[in-house]
Amino acid sequence: MRPERVQETPSSPAHKIEGHGRNEVRLILPATPTAVRRALGSLRAGLCAQDLDAEELGTIELVLAEVLNNVVEHAYENSGRGTIEVRVNTGDRGLYFTVQDEGKPMPENMPPLGSQVPQDCDIADLPEGGFGWFLIRELVKDLFYLRVDEVNKVTFRLAVGNLQNTV
Amino acid sequence: MEFKTSEYAGTLLVQVGCTRIDAACAIQFKDAVRDLADSEQDRIVLDLSMVDFLDSSGLGAVVAALKAIGPNKTLQLAGLTPTVKKVFHLTRMDSVFTIHATATDAIEGLANAS
Repeated sequence: MRPERVQETPSSPAHKIEGHGRNEVRLILPATPTAVRRALGSLRAGLCAQDLDAEELGTIELVLAEVLNNVVEHAYENSGRGTIEVRVNTGDRGLYFTVQDEGKPMPENMPPLGSQVPQDCDIADLPEGGFGWFLIRELVKDLFYLRVDEVNKVTFRLAVGNLQNTV
Repeated sequence: MEFKTSEYAGTLLVQVGCTRIDAACAIQFKDAVRDLADSEQDRIVLDLSMVDFLDSSGLGAVVAALKAIGPNKTLQLAGLTPTVKKVFHLTRMDSVFTIHATATDAIEGLANAS
């Protein structure tokens, strides 16, 4: 991960990148649901130079919405305070994401497992939450969580775009 | 939350007019669907063909609406766009709802329950 700030720079398709790319999309947003919605639009625009189809863009938006809304709701407990930093890098095996916040640590120091609908579940017993982390875990690869110096850092990869290597 | 409703024999068809059901509008969505329970029709079909994005908060709102509507009415869905369909499929929520390919199918009774 390179520290310098490079905003929404399109990468040359002919340029082969080892591991994390040098073209980084970076965004810092306030931890509110409306700011998350706007940020998803900006990131979508920032990623338009990548060779991504509509389904891949939908998956990226879904995963980021889940990760960011979890920060808003749980790390910052819907306080409306705090910021979230998102960085996206292009690599040989897809897009590499880093999401950082300074809110509360994850319970048990790990991302929750989440849940899907139990088999033969009565309507009255259907869960209304817990799907977010289930969806994230279904859709991403290489999910890691680190808590360092009061900062939550979540990294993951999405195997989308022109993959150079088989995943 | 913009809903356009039309009534057919026994069915209230609701065209959901927003393009997103996400954390920023999940509560308004849930309340708006719950208000539909006052309808005289026993079957309510939500046409989601204009909704191109739904996250887990939106999914939770649809589930909450299903519960709130009570056991005497049916809440069905129609016209799921690809990303919305993916969320229902991955969470297995597509086993809970009757989902019609289009609103027309729902009205003509061509149920495509999955």
